[in-house]
Parts: sequence; structure tokens; C-alpha cells
Amino acid sequence: MKSNYEKFRSVCSILEEHAFDKSKLIPILQATQEEYKYLPQEILAFISSALNISPAKVYGVATFYSHFSLTPKGKHIIRICDGTACHVKKSSTIIDALKKKLNLNGSETTTKDMLFTLETVACLGACGLAPAIVIDGKVYGQMTASKAVALIDNIC
Amino acid sequence: MEKYLIINGVKIFFENEKNILEIIQKAKIELPTFCYHSELSTYGSCRLCMVEVEGTGIIPACSTPATSGMVVSTNTEKIISMRKIIVELLLANHDRECTTCQKSQSCKLQTLARRLGIENVRFKNVVHKTDRDLSTYALVREQDKCILCGDCVRFCDEVQSIGALGFVNRGSKSVVCPNFGKDLELSECVYCGQCSRVCPTGAIIPRSEVKDVWKALSNKNKKVVVAIAPAVRAAIGEVFGLAKENGTEAAGKIVTALKMMGFYKVFDVSFTADMTIVEEANEFLERIKENNNLPLFTSCCPAWVKFVEQYYPEFIKSLSTCRSPQGMYGSIAKRIMPKILGVNKEDLVVVSIMPCTAKKYEARRKELANNGEIDIDYVITTQELAMMIEEAGLRFQDLDAYAFDMPLGFKTGAGIIFGNSGGVTEAVLRNVASGMTDGQDESEQFSFVRGEDGRREAKINLSGRELKIAIIYGLKNARQVLRELKAEKRKYDFIEVMACPGGCVGGAGQPIYNDLSTRKNRAKVLYENDKTLELHKPQDNPYVQKLYNDYLGNAPGSTKAHEYLHTHYKYRKRYKESVVISDNSSNGGVDIKVCFGNHCMKKGSKEILKHIVDYVGNKNYKDKVNISASICLEKCFSAPNVKVSNTTISKASDKSVEEAIDKEIK
Amino acid sequence: MAIDLENITKGFNTLNKNIKKRIVVCAGTGCVANGSLDVFKSLVDMSKEMGIDAHIELKEESKGTLISRSGCQGFCQHGPLLNILPQGILYTKVTSSDVKEILEESVLKDGIVGRLCYHDNGKVCKGQGDIPFYTKQNRVVLKECGVIDPENIQEYIASGGYRAAKKACVDMTDKEICDELINSGLRGRGGAGFPTGRKWDFTRIQKSEKKYMICNGDEGDPGAFMDRSVMEGNPHNVIEGLIIAAKAIGADEGYIYVRTEYSLAVSRMQKAVKAATEIGVLGKNIFDSGHNFTLHVMEGAGAFVCGEETALIASIEGKRGMPSPKPPIPAQSGLWGKPTAINNVETLANVHIIINYGADAFKKNGTQNSSGTKIFAITGNVLNTGLIEVPFGTTLRHVIFDIAGGVPDEKGVVNEDNFKAVQIGGPSGGCLTKEHLDMNLDYDSLKTVGAMVGSGGFVVMSKHNCMVNVAKFFMQFTQSESCGKCVLCREGTLQMLLMLTDITEGRADKNTLSVLEELANAVAIGSLCGLGKTAPNPLLSTLKYFKEEYDAHVQDKQCPAGECAKLLNYQITDKCIGCGLCASKCPVKAILGKPKEQYKIDVSKCIKCGICKDSCKFNAISRS
Repeated sequence: MKSNYEKFRSVCSILEEHAFDKSKLIPILQATQEEYKYLPQEILAFISSALNISPAKVYGVATFYSHFSLTPKGKHIIRICDGTACHVKKSSTIIDALKKKLNLNGSETTTKDMLFTLETVACLGACGLAPAIVIDGKVYGQMTASKAVALIDNIC
Repeated sequence: MEKYLIINGVKIFFENEKNILEIIQKAKIELPTFCYHSELSTYGSCRLCMVEVEGTGIIPACSTPATSGMVVSTNTEKIISMRKIIVELLLANHDRECTTCQKSQSCKLQTLARRLGIENVRFKNVVHKTDRDLSTYALVREQDKCILCGDCVRFCDEVQSIGALGFVNRGSKSVVCPNFGKDLELSECVYCGQCSRVCPTGAIIPRSEVKDVWKALSNKNKKVVVAIAPAVRAAIGEVFGLAKENGTEAAGKIVTALKMMGFYKVFDVSFTADMTIVEEANEFLERIKENNNLPLFTSCCPAWVKFVEQYYPEFIKSLSTCRSPQGMYGSIAKRIMPKILGVNKEDLVVVSIMPCTAKKYEARRKELANNGEIDIDYVITTQELAMMIEEAGLRFQDLDAYAFDMPLGFKTGAGIIFGNSGGVTEAVLRNVASGMTDGQDESEQFSFVRGEDGRREAKINLSGRELKIAIIYGLKNARQVLRELKAEKRKYDFIEVMACPGGCVGGAGQPIYNDLSTRKNRAKVLYENDKTLELHKPQDNPYVQKLYNDYLGNAPGSTKAHEYLHTHYKYRKRYKESVVISDNSSNGGVDIKVCFGNHCMKKGSKEILKHIVDYVGNKNYKDKVNISASICLEKCFSAPNVKVSNTTISKASDKSVEEAIDKEIK
Repeated sequence: MAIDLENITKGFNTLNKNIKKRIVVCAGTGCVANGSLDVFKSLVDMSKEMGIDAHIELKEESKGTLISRSGCQGFCQHGPLLNILPQGILYTKVTSSDVKEILEESVLKDGIVGRLCYHDNGKVCKGQGDIPFYTKQNRVVLKECGVIDPENIQEYIASGGYRAAKKACVDMTDKEICDELINSGLRGRGGAGFPTGRKWDFTRIQKSEKKYMICNGDEGDPGAFMDRSVMEGNPHNVIEGLIIAAKAIGADEGYIYVRTEYSLAVSRMQKAVKAATEIGVLGKNIFDSGHNFTLHVMEGAGAFVCGEETALIASIEGKRGMPSPKPPIPAQSGLWGKPTAINNVETLANVHIIINYGADAFKKNGTQNSSGTKIFAITGNVLNTGLIEVPFGTTLRHVIFDIAGGVPDEKGVVNEDNFKAVQIGGPSGGCLTKEHLDMNLDYDSLKTVGAMVGSGGFVVMSKHNCMVNVAKFFMQFTQSESCGKCVLCREGTLQMLLMLTDITEGRADKNTLSVLEELANAVAIGSLCGLGKTAPNPLLSTLKYFKEEYDAHVQDKQCPAGECAKLLNYQITDKCIGCGLCASKCPVKAILGKPKEQYKIDVSKCIKCGICKDSCKFNAISRS
């Protein structure tokens, strides 16, 4: 794990690499998220100050794109593909089953113990493997609700 | 060849109109729109201005340029049905408690629903009830009334260059709010309130203080004095059908109305505007003499003042230290008036009526308080005055005129034209350059500074020295000028800035106006009012002279005058956040804050932070310090800055920081 | 010094001559997800172990066998795929444990491992030449994709690459290029099908010192991955298209905007741009023509709407990706207010063909108004999902039954009756049904039946798919991807989704459908951008072709396809012998009971996934 100092220093370097160019806001936020795994508010404020853009604008961009996260994510990230191909092969039952398994209600995506984050994505491009889920970067194809629950059980 | 459109069967000629919508408006058809403002960029979000063009189909009029010969229909069945759907969709996501909304009657959504004869909303109610943002004195935000037309966002960005409000999230989760969804108070908002002027609904409104004023008025032990700003008299008539084509000056009726409501004394802010000129002109001449802190920036617009404090601290010294007319009125009312009126200060309630929302904020500025007490208790806007008149059941249009109370009721024309962009400049010139052109019409002598543009320039010769003057409205224009000054591309001696388009007549506290002609009429009313007055030069105001003689050390610029009529400014930090590098505050570590503001970053804060982290590591201080990166320590001119415990080290070096850390830890 | 393409080709061929055999492992996203990189690693390790002279890079000392990775080969359903050249063997579903056998049989010897080959009706197919999935296609744009090493610019050049770019830069004027493109009839492959040549010509005639050329690689349509495959499999093809386009419109700077989820495409494009710049086909004075062109790769940040031109431009400028009203169109005022042309990946990948072989040759494929070929991503309920390329004018039947192998039922048996509909063009497109099976696939005929070519997503639905649910799915997608700018799209898609949800959950009444249709039409006409304007398409087309299915949901509160969970009920009948299998399979532990007694479903916990019914060996679970 990188220390606060190392992460902050990286953000400074990211800004320098992009020459404090306002139009590079999106790549800067992407690189920053790589460091922190999400976009902490004080870092967004710092980026806004350094680039001389109003914080409301930075916040607007950070909340527009789904790739950016403003809250910390869980240790394990589960992404369920709900693209068309997966959907017609019943990915929604997998979503329902995993939500129940992880006790996630409504729009919650991260478990209270910060162990899991469950996201649905629109098409991973692995349509041939539908329905597909990705756990911590590894793709699992031809899933069913029970198989998915079993995968989670293996991690726990 | 003449260009024309056939609009609903009628041939309408056009020239250089930007789009079909403007031509339709020219044809005296009010095409509904929430998001089109001629002063803002075309946004195309509300989809209400849809028209049917023969051969093309249904298209938005706001973003379609006209081609001669187009056959346009504005009211086909399809279009009407679409408009109804749009309004229903908006209503399904809108707090529909219209009867208790301050915007009722002037709400465009309400008006349109009525015009379209919407009987029921066929869609599900999806409004999310949110709390009102009451964090500022100036404005109230109610997100559940927002229809996301983006007018406020664009005004704040495109005209004021602030960007305090922005869109957040995406799709149906979109909202408009200040940074990080926080309260407005924590944003960069300068409270000009133009967002509330362009808001078609009640999502952003000036914060009303009417209730408090009524309460004070009904308290038998209190004497409530009030003063009205110049621009108020030029606009209030609009609410009561008095404006007509050329506008109406309604000061006399306002005095009557206020008296009927129970105000003890009714004064005129134009009087203190005269004083402001006298004081500011004196300051200007001194700065010219000493060639110091030029250009002089006017300081009567609180939004502009906050703007300088926030973004251009290096120019704070350029701001005139004179209080604004409201500030002077407050000071005199609270500190001199009790003596004149023979009333206990404690029993006096001071109210001002302003065309402005930022004045509500200004009244509460700590820098204007006297021993921690604010001078002006309540600030109400022209809109709120109209509400009070209506609440009191007064038939304003039928009231007789009545005179202001003395001594703060007498004014020269200079104090009146203050309400227009260019008015302050003109008034200052009437003072500093008055001797030059005898025999001319005093009210026209400097009329060359008037105009419609947001950025104007003038030159005048003052005893052999050429003075360069800039007159600005709109903070984006102001920012541009400041950038040029900073880059030494321009040189000026005097710069007047008003945040609102057109100056105070176009203030956000005024009755909502949608076309430019209304604002122009208000300006005209003030210039005509100036003409009808006996005196035009502020220094000729006998009551001003008397006030100086009796209470203010006889002359402008005196010590007393400074005590009562001047103020000071401070650098206002825009960010409240800081980045934690290490935190041992639970066992009482020493705070080390490294400034990472723009100036400091350029001067090497990154290296200093590195050095501190290394040093603290080497010295085994790790558990004894709380290091953070701060934006910022507000000492930009002596960058880089580091604060160790309570000491700020400016122009910090590795060594000076080391010493400071050692000292604190030992 | 200008780059010498022939010299590079010669160099590559000289090296290549030393290679006796080449093993090409598919490294497209589908195969990688299935473990093709493990296979690649095993190949390298195992060949070392077996003493095979194998290399992973083509260098002077590389002799014997070359093991390389390719982009997507299209036959994703059967991945990981492995080719042996020059024999032309294609192995499917290869795992690391197969590697040894493959090396022994096909590398050391010239044999075939039959069990790893694709079987067509029991017949062993040796390679692409025997597999109907491939033989029934016409791979023009994808010709090199899945063969060459996408990370090797020399190989691209050796296969004829960058000749068109050179020709365009050196031998042709900007107007000649535009004319050739106009003449070719090439239309945008990304959505609306606007003629590419006209777009370029319009940008060309704008007077401006600065112009931009943008490649739109923000393919966000769920179920479409042709652009991804091209960028991963043959990135230089896209760059070549961009160079030609830039010359045609007069741009000296360009962007490739790639969807962030496509991490492999992002890195391949970045590497390709770097290699192209180093070798001199990008940069200053390309081919000594005096023409400059620098290219940047920008990664999107997760917003489908950025596929819309003006939104994409806003995103490059660092803003929220919200579309702006047109006019002005980007050709007049685009990136930073400068004239800008934007084309999608597949469109640009077609360009070199037109320049190399001429418009007339290009037009030989396709129909009069839709020339050339089109790549489709076939997914959903077909035997062989994957990426295919066919000329415009091919029938639906040919694609679904001949190439994709038809629609199987639950037991995997293919039958024409299983086919219910195909959704073409993703969330912007519409459904086609049995009555359209013999219709030609081209821009205009699709439009007349309420669908569109769109990006080329091709999702096949079987009789077990509920069309109301399909409409709801797409609405959910567009609703969540709506930028929120214009009222009709923002509020309209939300209300349509709420109504569709009501329908699928049994809460709709007779008014719902009429209000829904009126709203859908308003959104289609009045929205600001293409996303909103086309958002109602799936709804409107399913409403048109499957009205009775909607009626069943609304009037009878039933889902005929058995998909809408809220309208379903699972019950365990007295056929249950209490084996407990269903209870152990239930992912949410909603089935309770004692062994050898009849089990029960706890309705409050049940998520109606149907696993219990599928797993029961005694047919004791009924669905109603």
C-alpha cells in the first residue's frame, strides 16, 4: 500500500506531466483514481485549485463519467456484465442472487465491511461467454446464479 | 434581397437574427422556452421552442438558423402535444406546492402549464424532496424545484466566470449544485444572484427578510428606519403596472408606501452615494498624487469586492477603501443617527432596500461591523418591497408621492445615476473634474461614459494628466481586464466594476425582467431623474457638507471619515479542504501545513514537502507531527509558505522549516 | 528521411522466410477471458521443454517456429482459438493441457489433433476453410485481423499496409481523396450511416488554419464489439484511415477516443501510435509529402453518450460529455471550435481499401446505396456467437442460420421455430422478426422497418426471451446513459422505464400503453441528440411487432415467455421425492424442507431464477 505522501506526490507529478492543462482534466482524474482507487474530495479540490477550474466543474466531470468513483471501493470488485448478450442469458438473476448474498439493498454497491463492491457494467465485450462476471479482474464466463455465489463463497 | 420567413402564414422579414426563435419573437409570438437567453450560449435543453418547418419537420427554433423562405408553424397539433408532454414531464419531477412558493405568479413553469391547459400529469411523481439550502443571506436554493435548464450554470460561468454552480451526476440523477454538493456558503458564489434572475422556477430565489422586517415594524419599542437604493425607484413600478413604455420613477410613492407600513424614517441611499463619491474622489486624487495603488477600483458592488478578494488578492490594494453607499448608510444610521434623531441605538432598527442580493451578504461582512455588531439589520430587495406593498394591501399605483426624510433624504443627481453602469464613474468625474468645463449642462458633461457595452473605456484630461478609465459590468469582463492588468497589457487609473449586466438597475433583487428593453428603461429613468434634480455634483449636496462638518471631521479623508466611512478587505480562501499526509493529532502532534496553492506550487511546495517528510523521517519525528497539504495559506506573495503550529514561514526554505519544526518539537 | 515501406517489407519477408511454422493464439478479449494467455504461456514454456526452436518475436535469429498473438478472430464462442500456419489448422477451446499434444502433433509433425477441431454436423473441420462460420462470410476489413501480430508494425507494412496512406499523401490531392470516397459510397458504420466522403468534403472546404480528425472508438453499445476487435486486431488499419482522412480534410492533429472498458484496445492503439510515430508514418512531413499529422489516444471515462460527436468533443475538451445542439456541426465548429471530422473505427478501417483498390472495386460488395461490407457482432441465443463480416445486402437468414448456426432451444437443438427476433443496432435499433428473415441487410431497408444498422450489434432472441423485457432492458440502458441535458430524454426515458417496469411487474392498466406510445414518439422527435432520438426505437418496434405480448402483460398479468420474474411463481408439486437437490442448488437458500418430504419454496426469498426447475430430475417444480 502506498502511503498518503506517495499518493499525493504522484498526483503532483500527474499534474506536472499534463502541464497543468485544464483540457486534460479527464486523463488527470483517471491517473489520480489509479493512485487512490477513488477520487477523494480534498484531492478533487486540490486538482481544481491547481488547474484553476472551479471546483463545481471538476465535481461535475467527476460525477458525469461512470468510470470515476467518489467513494472508496471494497477490497474485491465484482463486475457483472449486463450487456445485451448477457442479459438475454439471464444475467439479472445473477445480480439478484449476489445482491442477496452480499446483503446489498437498493442502490448500495459496497458491503459495510468494505470487502466487496458489486457493479454492473454494460458489456465487457466477452459476449461469447455470456453471462460473464469479472472478479478482481478475472473473467468468469457462462455463469449461473449458483456458480457466482459459489465463487464469492470461495473468496470469503 | 430581403430575407423573410412565413410564420403561421404571415410573412416576417429578418436580417441578422441568430436563429428562428428570435425572428418568431420579433413577430410578437411568445414561443415558450426555459433555456434560451439572448445573453447566454444556446443550450437547447428544454425542447419547448419546437416548431414545424415545412419540408424539414419538427426542429428547435433556438438552435436553427433561418433560411429565407422557410415556412414555419409554431402551433401545430403535434407541437402542442409535445409541449404538453414536456411540461408534464417537468411537473412530474417538480415540487408542485405552488401556493407556498415565492416564485408563484412569476414562475415560468407555472405560467406555461396554465397556458397549455395542463389538467393532469400523466406521469409518475418522481420528485425527490430535498432540504432547502439556507446557508447564505443572499439566496435560497431548492433543488426539487429545479428543471435543469442550466440557465444559472451558464450565467455563472459565461457572464460571471465564477462557476459556483455546476451540473452534477448524469441523466435523471442530474442536479445543479455548488461544489461537492455542499451548501452555497462554502462555494465561490459572490452572491450577485443573477442565477435567481434567470431561473425560470423557484429553484434559486433571493432570500427574503420580509418576515423579520414586519416583525420589527410591529414592535412598539423599535424605530425602524429604512433607505432605498437609486435603482429601486426605477423598477418597482413594473410590478404594479406603472412602467409603461418608458419606465417610471416611483421614489415618492415608495416613501408613502413605507410610511404607511409604519417605517419611522425613510431615507435615500442616493444621499450616501453622494458621500461615497466625495470620499472616493478624494481617495482617487490622493492616489494619483502619490501615484500609488492605481488603478483605483470602485468598491460599491459587493459581488465584485468578493470577486477580487477571492481570485485576485494581489489587487485588493487597488479597491477603494470607501464603504459602499449601503455601508455608509449603515454606519451613519447606527452611529450618528441616534444622536440626530434622539433615539437609543438599541431601539433603532436599520433596514435598506436594494436592487441586489449581494447587499444582503455585504451587510453581514465582518469588516463592516462596528465592535462586532452589524450596522444594517435587514436588507430587502425591490422584489421583497413589492411583496410587502402587496401584503399591506396598498394600491401602490394610486398612492400619492411623499418626500424623503432629512437629512439622509437629500441627494444630487450624482447619487441617483449610481444605479447605472458608468454612473459611479460619471459621478466621480463630476467631482474631480468639475471645474473644467464651465457653462456646460452639468448632467450631460460626462455622459460619454454611458453606454450599453459590458466593457467601455474613456479618457479625460485632469490638470494635464491623462486619466484612463474603464467601465465594466459582468465579472467575466472584469476578469479579462484584471488579466490584462496583471500581464501589463493595459494601464488604467480608474476602473468601475458592477457585477450585474447594466449595473444595479439590472440587479438580481429587481423585479424579474426578460428583455433588455426593461433594463434600458430603468437606466433612462435614472438619467432623467438626474436631470430633474437641482444639483448634479455630489460635493454640492449641502447635507453632505453639514454631516461632514458636524460629525465627520469637516472634510473627506479625515480620521473620523475614515473611521465611519471606510473599510478593509481580506483575502478569501476559496477552498476549505486540505490533504492529510500524516495524522497524529490523537496524541497531539505538531501541525505542519505546506501550502499547495497555485503560487506556492510554482515556487516548489512539492520539494519542500518532500524535504519535510524526509527530515521528519530522519529525525524520528514521525509520530509527533501532523503533516498536511493546504490550499491555501493565503500568503501568495511570499510563496512558498509553510505553517508549523501557529507560525507561518513565508518564503520558506529547507532550513527555515527545519528550524521551525525543531523548535516546536523540542 | 522518408520512410521506405518496400524496404521494411523486404526486411520482414527475409526474416519471415526463416520461420517454418507459426502458431497464432487469439488474444482478443473473448479468448483472453477464456484463458488464451495461459495457453500462450504454456506454448512458450512447453516448446522450450520439448526443445522446439520457438520464438515469440521475429528477429534475425528467429528460426523454426514463431508463436504470436493476434487480435480477435471472431469465432468467440469457441475460444481460446489457436491457428497453425501454414497448414491453416484452427483449434478451438484450447486449454493449457492441450498444448503438449498440439506441439507434438502439429508442430513437430504435420498432423491434426482432431478432437480440438470444430465439428460441423459430426464432420471434422481442419481450419477456417472448412468451417461454415468463416466460409459463409466475406472478410474484407477483418482480413488481416486475427492473423497478423497487431503489435508489429513491420508485419502490417509487409502485408501491404500504409501504401494507401502514402498514395493519399503523395499522389492524391485532398479533393481527389474526397471524390474517391464519395464515389465509393462508403457510409458511416457507427450509427446514422452518413456518407463519409461528403462529411470529409464538407470539412475540407472549411477555411481554417487548424482542423482536427477524430476517430470515434467509444463503442458503448452493449452487445457490439466490432470496433474493439478492429482496434485490438489491426490498430494500424485504423491509423492508416486516419492519416488519409486527415490529408483529405486538411487536419494536422487527431484523436482516437477509445472506450475505457476496452483496456486492451487502449494499449494496442497507444502502442500502434507510438510505433507509427517512431517509424515516421505519423508526425512531420509524412512520406516527404509536406503533410503533418500527430495523433493522440484518449481514453473515455465511461459514458455511452460520448459516442455522440458533440459529446465526444466535449469530453476531449475535458468537460462533461453532453451533446450540443447542431448546427453548428463539427465540420464547421468542432474540437476547440475548429472544423473537425469524426468517423468511427470501422469506417476508417474501410478507407485504405478504397484508396488502394479504388471506389469501383469497393462497390463490388454490397448494394447500390449501401456499398461494402459490414461487421456484425452476433450474440444472444445462437449456436455460434462471434464477430462476422458480410456484404451489405446479405439476408438475415443467411447470417443467423448459415453463419451463426441457428437458434438452439434449452437442450441445444437448433430449430427455426426457436427464433423469435433479432435486435439490430443495440439500444438505438429495433427488432426484426421472422417476417424479416429474407430481408436484405442494408441501411435503407433496415430503416424502413424501424431498425438501423447502428453500430452493428446483432442480438438474437429465442422464444424464451420476453420482448417487453428486452424493451425494458434497452430503456434501462439508455435511461442510465442519458446525459440529462434535454428534458425529453432525461425525464422521458425515466418515465418510459417506469411504465415498462409497471408492465413487467403487473401494475400497468389500459392507459399505460397509449401514454407510453405517445411519450415514445415525442422523445423520438424532440430529443436533442441521437441517443435520445433513438432511445424509443426498441420500445416502438417491439410494440409494433409484439403487441400481443404487451397485452398479455397488461391485461392478463402474464409473461408468455416466462421471463418477467414478478409475474412468475415457482411451486414444488407432489411429484417431489425430497431429494433436496433443488435446495442445494438454490443460490439464495429459498427452498426448505426435510429429506424425503416435499420441499417448499419460501416466496419471500425466491428470486425466480428458475435454477430449481432446471435442476429437478423429477419435473416436480412448476412455473405459473
